[in-house]
Amino acid sequence: MIGHNTLVVLLGCAALGAASGIVGCFALLRGRALLADAIGHAALPGVVAASLIMAALGGPARSLAPLLLGAALSAWLGLLALRALTASGRIRQDAGIGVVLSAFYALGTVGLSVAQTLPGAAQAGLSHFILGQAATMTENDALLAGGLALACLAVIAALFQPLRALCFDEAFARSQGVPVRALDLVLLGLLLAVCVAGLPAVGLLLVVALLIVPAAAARLVTQGLPAMLAVAGSLGAAAGATGALVSVRFAQIPTGAAVVLAGLCGFGAAVAISRRAAR
Amino acid sequence: MKAPFSCRGLTVGYGGRPALSDVTWDATPGLTAILGPNGAGKSTLLKAALRLIPAEAGEVRFFGEALEAARPRIAYLPQRASVDWDFPASALDIVAMARLPRMRWWGSVPRREREAARAALASVGLEDFADRQIGRLSGGQQQRVFLARALAQEADLFLMDEPLAAVDAVTEQTILAVLHGLAREGKSVLMVHHDLSLITAHFDEVLILAGRVVAAGPVREAFTEASIATAFGGLPGRAPVEAPA
Repeated sequence: MIGHNTLVVLLGCAALGAASGIVGCFALLRGRALLADAIGHAALPGVVAASLIMAALGGPARSLAPLLLGAALSAWLGLLALRALTASGRIRQDAGIGVVLSAFYALGTVGLSVAQTLPGAAQAGLSHFILGQAATMTENDALLAGGLALACLAVIAALFQPLRALCFDEAFARSQGVPVRALDLVLLGLLLAVCVAGLPAVGLLLVVALLIVPAAAARLVTQGLPAMLAVAGSLGAAAGATGALVSVRFAQIPTGAAVVLAGLCGFGAAVAISRRAAR
Repeated sequence: MKAPFSCRGLTVGYGGRPALSDVTWDATPGLTAILGPNGAGKSTLLKAALRLIPAEAGEVRFFGEALEAARPRIAYLPQRASVDWDFPASALDIVAMARLPRMRWWGSVPRREREAARAALASVGLEDFADRQIGRLSGGQQQRVFLARALAQEADLFLMDEPLAAVDAVTEQTILAVLHGLAREGKSVLMVHHDLSLITAHFDEVLILAGRVVAAGPVREAFTEASIATAFGGLPGRAPVEAPA
């Protein structure tokens, strides 16, 4: 009933969903969830630039790794720009995210339209980075997503205690000599990795939802952090798999939208459960 | 003996306007209340000493040592309102955070550290609330969770930021009893406090601030109407809550 290709896409998206659900919990509790939106949008110029460079060098047109590398570099530049903007304290985080996100996205859109006027296959599939298209996911891409999910889990398990202390009470953690800056950098690295890995499948517009929706739903129905991580990871995986399945069956539905809608069903259920529990 | 807490010329500014200027003061073992009106720099003194905020000038030493060397001997109790009490954790989870420097970073909290945290919760009367989610505790119980976390650090010097602010009578009695217990063990407590009524009955020393040191020393000598008037009169519209004895 489910072919090999579909199974690959399904498992790849489930792994991505699990990783972003888990990383999203820490992003949410640390108050950094919206950074995912900045990262997603800031990645676009890098994707376009990488594809143009590859075309100029005569490299393979459909190779994901260089595109993701470009995305990661560009998103990192976006985060540096955000830090520079907000350093003085006169521009707050929300306004800074708005500026960086729109500036990089505009730059990427201009680059994309330029790339589309060029001959050759350079621009092929680039628009999928905006809305997401999981159907083109190869076995290697799915393995990459699975490896990433395992790596995120390993990092979070290794640093679980100090990460939890940091998210609850930064001042107390620092007073104990916990390396707060290094831990924040690790969290940011995880956020960046998950966002960039999710771009081809979910798209830059909706990758933020993959991080926030499962974590927010899990927070509504759990009392402790380990349970929250388990629920968010499972919900993310279920949403990824469901969304992938829907978009493979109905090719006109972009994967990103299908994944997010599936996740929102879980979120709605969490709201209902927490309301009942509160009564 | 080296003073548990000693600062020399400590100056802290928020964007140019100094919140604290040139504070030079040595604490003595026992219970010290840090008093002053809002904006006097009471919390700022603790935060700058722990380098949670940068100081423009000056030096702070703990038991004669720099902060890094003295960290294991220092416990910090931030203001209750500084954290999100909806955080997904139980009272025991929070208190166990005090044991972070003594435990591995991966996996769950080891049994030994969990027992230490449980004992600290018991000493503030919350042994039956160990597994309760912190958002379901009353404000006073949350404040006692913070006190238990500081106790579980097993420190010699306790820096406490307004632990008696807006708490119920049971919590106030519990906290005062714990403070006296610490003093009997020879520990030192520096406590930011807003209410003048408890000073003479419970504290050994006061440090009165109003952006600078107004008065410091044993309660009988430094906690005078004159020093209170100077501190609280220095900022318009702020009168003492209650006149000192």
